[in-house]
Amino acid sequence: MLELKNISFNVADEKGEKDIITDVSLTVEDGKFLVITGPNGGGKSTLAKLIMGIEKPTGGQIIWNGTDITDMSITERAKLGIGYAFQHPPRFKGLSVRDLLSLAHGSDLPEDQCCAYLTQVGLCSKDYLNRQVDSSLSGGEIKRIEIATLMARNLDLAIYDEPEAGIDLWSFNMLVESFKAITKTRKESMVIISHQERIMKIADEIAIIANGVVKKKGPAEEVFPELMAEFDNSCSFR
Amino acid sequence: MNKTELHMLEAVADLHGVPQGAYNIRKDGEGAGRQSTANIIIEPKTDKPGIDITVKPGTKNESIHIPVIITKSGVEDLVYNDFFIGDYADVLIVAGCGIHNSGDAKSEHDGIHRFHIGKNARIKYVEKHYGEGEGTGERVLNPVTEIFMDENSFCEMESVQIRGVDSTKRDTVAKLEKGARLVILEKLMTHGNQVAHSDMVIELNGDGASSQIISRSVAKDNSEQVFYPRAVGNAPCKAHVQCDSIIMDNAKIRSIPEIAANHWDANIIHEAAIGRINNDQLLKLQTMGKTEQEAEEIIINCFLK
Repeated sequence: MLELKNISFNVADEKGEKDIITDVSLTVEDGKFLVITGPNGGGKSTLAKLIMGIEKPTGGQIIWNGTDITDMSITERAKLGIGYAFQHPPRFKGLSVRDLLSLAHGSDLPEDQCCAYLTQVGLCSKDYLNRQVDSSLSGGEIKRIEIATLMARNLDLAIYDEPEAGIDLWSFNMLVESFKAITKTRKESMVIISHQERIMKIADEIAIIANGVVKKKGPAEEVFPELMAEFDNSCSFR
Repeated sequence: MNKTELHMLEAVADLHGVPQGAYNIRKDGEGAGRQSTANIIIEPKTDKPGIDITVKPGTKNESIHIPVIITKSGVEDLVYNDFFIGDYADVLIVAGCGIHNSGDAKSEHDGIHRFHIGKNARIKYVEKHYGEGEGTGERVLNPVTEIFMDENSFCEMESVQIRGVDSTKRDTVAKLEKGARLVILEKLMTHGNQVAHSDMVIELNGDGASSQIISRSVAKDNSEQVFYPRAVGNAPCKAHVQCDSIIMDNAKIRSIPEIAANHWDANIIHEAAIGRINNDQLLKLQTMGKTEQEAEEIIINCFLK
């Protein structure tokens, strides 16, 4: 179980200190699928980075399966079974898709297993196994490969930062299918930062984060209709 | 051969003992073994140090190994090796030089290699440079490579210098006739106070000649690298030059691209980039459980693969 206890994160610049996250507490039970949504600049991606250890909170505690991981490095958290899919995955010159999946897995991954992961994210494995993870891949392709790297890791907690960002509608459809497939077979807990209602619909829980605080958190079937209703009523010319 | 010599041979030419086929092994400035085959004749030069390698026309699927090893301190070795590749031949040439310097005097090997590649012939040339030894003596390698490519010939040249060479100055000149194609892949890593300089002039003189030059380098510590690749199109031709470098620590890299067209239908492109390791690449590998240092090694090894 993941527990965020009174997490705060602020940054200092020439204008003074700015709060990005303020006193956020939430939990993700084992095996649950939580979507974190909310307006841009509200602190969603920061929260994902804080869980992975890419950013360190200025206040509060992060507890993972009863262990305080607040001061642990990214590497240590990764070794405890936490994984993170980048909003804009980096590209690597000279690294093949198979190499990357093997690195994620921690040892050389047999070809058939690589192929199974690639097929699950909608890529024809034969075409991609030996492709370089460089700028020759499109935005949609690299995002799907990013998801496959998390699958190859046997995680206990998978965090996805806006998987829909930077990809076209066709790739997005494939992505939603991939997540549907994952949720059918997965055992790990999942946290997805997303604006997409089609992703929210397949979640167990939804948390809305705005201005650095949790505005609402609850079961998807409860929060999702409220969220949609809020948008429907937001136009004053109606 | 003793243990050090066998180790050097493996490091520069992937050899475990004496190779199959034609070979010439040079050790500490002297010949240490030579074998010709029915189609590949290796003879020592009579006027200066070095060998003439003659590959008969039509020779296929044969290899030539010509490693050089220096195991003594204070050796200054200069050789002239000429390759005459007959028309329609297709061969693999494995060169390479390793210096094991345990003393305090400079050891240097300068190989002047000249390739005459016949019509429709194909060669693949692989060269590794490697240095080691606990002494303070410098390990210096200054190769000169001249390539003359006849009509429709093909040459793929791979040079690798990953560690241990204190100073290197590489000069490469190539002249391409009609339909000839040249591919050069240069991989270099420097560390400590090493200095590496690579000059290259590719002249595309014949109709339809083409070349592709790919240079990948990593400069660490206080090392310095200079690349000066020049592609000159004198006929309807295509050339692509790509220099890509990772810079670390206090290293310095200069990349000086020069492309010249002397024909309206010459199509020449140069791309050059120098940059540090991308922070997101390090983070990505850390999220997979690698330490920062492991991540750095993985990124460099892939980049130079």
